[in-house]
Amino acid sequence: MSFSANPHAQAFWQHAQEGRIIFARCCADHCGAPQFPPKPRCDVCDGDRLEMRQATGTGTIFSITVVHRPPSDALRQYAPYGIALVDLDEGFRMMAHADPRLTIGARVRATFVPFGDRTVPRFVADQKP
Amino acid sequence: MAYIAGVGTTRFGQHPGSTTSGLMADAARLAMEDAGLARRDIDGVLCGYATTMPHIMLATVFAESFGLRPAYAHAMQAGGATGVAMAMLASILVDSGRCKAVLIVGAENRASGQTRDQSIQTLAQAGHPDYEVPYGATIPAYYGLLAARYMHQFGLTQEDLASLAVVMRRHAARHPEAHLREPFTFEQAMASKPIALPLRLLDCCPISDGGVAMVITRDPTNATRVKVRGAGQAHLHQHISMARDWADMGARRAADLAFAEARMGLKDIQHLAVYDSFTITLAMLLEEIGFIARGKSGEAARAGRFEIGGDMPLNLHGGLLSFGHCGVGGGMAHLVEAQRQLSGRAGDRQAGAPTTAYVHGDGGVMSSHVAMILERV
Ligand SMILES: [Zn+2]
Repeated sequence: MSFSANPHAQAFWQHAQEGRIIFARCCADHCGAPQFPPKPRCDVCDGDRLEMRQATGTGTIFSITVVHRPPSDALRQYAPYGIALVDLDEGFRMMAHADPRLTIGARVRATFVPFGDRTVPRFVADQKP
Repeated sequence: MAYIAGVGTTRFGQHPGSTTSGLMADAARLAMEDAGLARRDIDGVLCGYATTMPHIMLATVFAESFGLRPAYAHAMQAGGATGVAMAMLASILVDSGRCKAVLIVGAENRASGQTRDQSIQTLAQAGHPDYEVPYGATIPAYYGLLAARYMHQFGLTQEDLASLAVVMRRHAARHPEAHLREPFTFEQAMASKPIALPLRLLDCCPISDGGVAMVITRDPTNATRVKVRGAGQAHLHQHISMARDWADMGARRAADLAFAEARMGLKDIQHLAVYDSFTITLAMLLEEIGFIARGKSGEAARAGRFEIGGDMPLNLHGGLLSFGHCGVGGGMAHLVEAQRQLSGRAGDRQAGAPTTAYVHGDGGVMSSHVAMILERV
């Protein structure tokens, strides 16, 4: 299934379908910057050697909103749903779905749920000790 | 420096049967009449994009249908900042000697020219098509994320946001062309239906039909003497998930450039016209620029500082929140109100006799900032 003309995005959503979050990491010596979304070159050092890594899926809620008014009829069945910005432990920030009861600063882990035309990451409270 | 010689606004609201080109022409006619200029006097045309009338050459389409043959013309797009950005470019064009009189136009039948869902989906494209939009994100959701974090970081509350909404509606009630004029109470704002929490319905601007135009000239053309004294921009990100420092979205940077050019400071400003797509937008802009201390916008609203008789009259036309939002024209209405206030022509809304005004436009999700300082000379 094709979700985007961008090959990086295509790979991201394919992995999400299989329950993984991937990001890019710069391979240049002394850099190693994580990058999300993945791009052909490193934001920090402009290096062109990047490798795709799998994130552990754990992180911290940076902000969260609860959408009660979805953009289309097709998505109305899911409302209300939480959309969060999550700071992953690997050092990058991403948007994803989240349990609407979460608050800023909460420790979270990724689960994967169907939403609209695809499977999306959805963060829930991390219960592990 | 350039003069804002003429301004024009159509009524904002639901105008079934209206068209984008019709609203553009109505607003342009009013602005040219106000400036006292005829078609042959206009040698530059800038117009904003229109979501209901996408075109690769909208300014030329408009010029042709309106009967203009300018020496300089193109459309511009910087989201909600487009209007102030057009005014900035128009003033550069006349300052450089390239043009004598530039007509700038922003109009759209955004409310009646498409369904509400279409409008919401089109606007959501300000977000990242691959990493934000697929989550069912909307413009209110992006601003909901801003609101939640900002409230957490700076102590702003739901009550503070509601206080700003109440003030904008009270202002709009005095403007015959405003979209929403029925006053509401603080309690009604707090209880309005959730859209993208913490934002509720009355924290969000409406979707309107409407048009706004201005003529920016090298020389005065009538009795008004409102000059562009300084302008500045900043563009630090496009997508909210990419914004790095949430205390530095670019608003202050744009303002600093405008103040430096005008050789003025915050204390010199007597009138404010600040972009307010959502209550949180208004609070964040006022506070980042420095007109109000962090987290104190609601308190300032309740203390009456933004009223006609206050020390910082703000968006006396009612802002996007209540005058309405037709896209590019919505962000131009702030400029128009500032021009009318500075030239003493705001009627029931006139707040004393200000000589200076600060105007701010914001595009995307606090992504593009354009600041402008006006002065009556
Ligand atoms: Zn690097």
